[in-house]
Amino acid sequence: MAERRFSATRLPGFATIAMLAFLALYIPILTLVVYSFNSEVTMGNWGDLTLAWYGKAWANADVKDATLRSLTIAGLAAVISTTLATMAALGTTRRRAFKGQTFIYVMINQPLMVPEIVTAVALMILFGLIKTVTGVHGLGYLVLAHSAFCIPFAYLPIRARLEGMDLTLETAAADLYASAWATFRRVTLPILMPGVIAGAMLAFVVSLDDVVITEFVKSAGQDTLPTYMLGQMRRQLTPEINAISTGLLLVTVAMLTAFFLLTRKND
Amino acid sequence: MTAKNAIEARNVVKAFGQGDTAVRALDDVSVEIRQGEFFTLLGPSGCGKTTLLRLIAGFEMPTDGLILLDGQDITYLPPNKRPVNTVFQSYALFPHLTVAQNISFGLEMMGKPRAEIAARTEKMLALVKLEAMAGRKTSQLSGGQQQRVALARALAPQPKVLLLDEPLSALDLKLRQAMQIELKRLQQETGITFVFVTHDQEEALTMSDRIGVMSNGKLQQVGTAKEIYTTPKNRFVASFIGETNFLAAKADGTKARLASGDVVDLAVPVSGDVTLTVRPEQVRLASANEPGALPATITNLVYFGTDTHVHLALSDGTEVTARVQSPATGDAGLEKGAKAAIRFAPGAVQVVGD
Ligand SMILES: Nc1ncnc2c1ncn2[C@@H]1O[C@H](COP(=O)(O)OP(=O)(O)O)[C@@H](O)[C@H]1O
Ligand SMILES: [Mg+2]
Repeated sequence: MAERRFSATRLPGFATIAMLAFLALYIPILTLVVYSFNSEVTMGNWGDLTLAWYGKAWANADVKDATLRSLTIAGLAAVISTTLATMAALGTTRRRAFKGQTFIYVMINQPLMVPEIVTAVALMILFGLIKTVTGVHGLGYLVLAHSAFCIPFAYLPIRARLEGMDLTLETAAADLYASAWATFRRVTLPILMPGVIAGAMLAFVVSLDDVVITEFVKSAGQDTLPTYMLGQMRRQLTPEINAISTGLLLVTVAMLTAFFLLTRKND
Repeated sequence: MTAKNAIEARNVVKAFGQGDTAVRALDDVSVEIRQGEFFTLLGPSGCGKTTLLRLIAGFEMPTDGLILLDGQDITYLPPNKRPVNTVFQSYALFPHLTVAQNISFGLEMMGKPRAEIAARTEKMLALVKLEAMAGRKTSQLSGGQQQRVALARALAPQPKVLLLDEPLSALDLKLRQAMQIELKRLQQETGITFVFVTHDQEEALTMSDRIGVMSNGKLQQVGTAKEIYTTPKNRFVASFIGETNFLAAKADGTKARLASGDVVDLAVPVSGDVTLTVRPEQVRLASANEPGALPATITNLVYFGTDTHVHLALSDGTEVTARVQSPATGDAGLEKGAKAAIRFAPGAVQVVGD
């Protein structure tokens, strides 16, 4: 007998609504990409098909500088947040259920819940204080801030992977003369690896994309690609922005594709 | 002192949880497992077999008591320091390693020289007939092959004792029977002490040198298959291993009077109210005028191919089952409701505790 369960796909108009949702998601992005090839400066007119804006962006020293800074921060933040997230995931799954477990989860995932603007203002004030007292103005503040808000993004895929892992494997390693460290290095970590890489990539993308916290925390001359673009918007909007966005989009899509391939159930 | 025991458990208690909700998984278990023997822990699910195995492996610490290996106290030694390996019920093969890498894992962790690891891995692959699969990932193997990798992996470091927790339960009947023979062969070839856990009495009877029967966290009886089958110590052992008849009786020396008033002979003299047990195959159909025959009525006949189970009722209604060879032709006068008489084979009537 066919079981009759509730299924959203059987509701009238499901297909239409789904189509509309996808269109709403992708039409703006498509427009952005298309106009990055427009030779006219203003959006309203369509001139010739051109790669000129890509060339211009590529030649722009400010863009290069901001891109390099974005990649540096994202790279460092991904490594730091993934390391911390791995430890947090091990700490929260490699034990029996304990009192206050939910509280710990909430604490770890705090950046997902507290409004970003609040964190941004808070960090600006704290870091501002530290900068005045110590006189140190390096990139470290941004790296720290990014690492912090990237942790939950790295944590979730790693934890999912850990929860799916058969604990008997660690027992078996110990049975076969592996020390606790050897068990982690030779069994737990390799099995965890797809989750760790996925977490790191997600963290990288999230860091690369950040505007709010970066805008508040950065010192003069510490623009990342997104804050540079925001700055440009205040002056004159040219399709150069579209070209840069498209480039950013490509990097993100590549990373996310890899993320989904890595977190697929059957591996 | 006699030959050293490979493993000895002394008054081992293992409780899980605390206070009112505490479960005594092991309740004062003492057992001596001899060097080089195939020892089986047999008992129903939940009786504490896995717990005892985990204590020997070092995955758990006992609440009380001692575990000795070769006479040395290893009660609190961590698992990676014990020359004991386990074949897990779920196999627990490392999914990110090949068959050969799985097998060499233990040797690598022991820090053996490369050449020795390679040679031993090779030998183990041959021992379990998996040479052709050395480079495969374990997920590409069948259940039986995975089982053999688990065995080879646990045997490779040449442990003093190999622990096997229901290793055959996931296999189908044909494969299970083949693996029973294979396991016995491996045990004899390697000379390693095997401690094998199962809830399957037939498996225990066919494979073991000695069997420890467990129930409710207690070791009920230890002995060879024959000892346990022919002289079960108590009701539980008698009924868990094979089928049997129980008869209430009043004993006086070597004679015992059943509730039906019939008198039977005992092999060992006792006195007072006792429970007697007789295996169905030790119950013979007799003619009514034979001396010592007990009158009975056939209540049912169940045909099992070579054997037929004849269910009978004694004069007071006490039920007795006799297992007789199926007659070649017809039903040889056996029919439901017919009068019959039975006799117990000499020495077959055992007194059991509760
Ligand atoms: N880690 C544990 N925590 C609580 N109870 C347990 C634990 N392990 C085993 N038990 C309990 O101990 C008893 C014996 O279990 P086990 O040794 O696994 O039995 P068997 O292997 O004979 O089926 C069972 O009642 C089981 O529920
Ligand atoms: Mg068990």
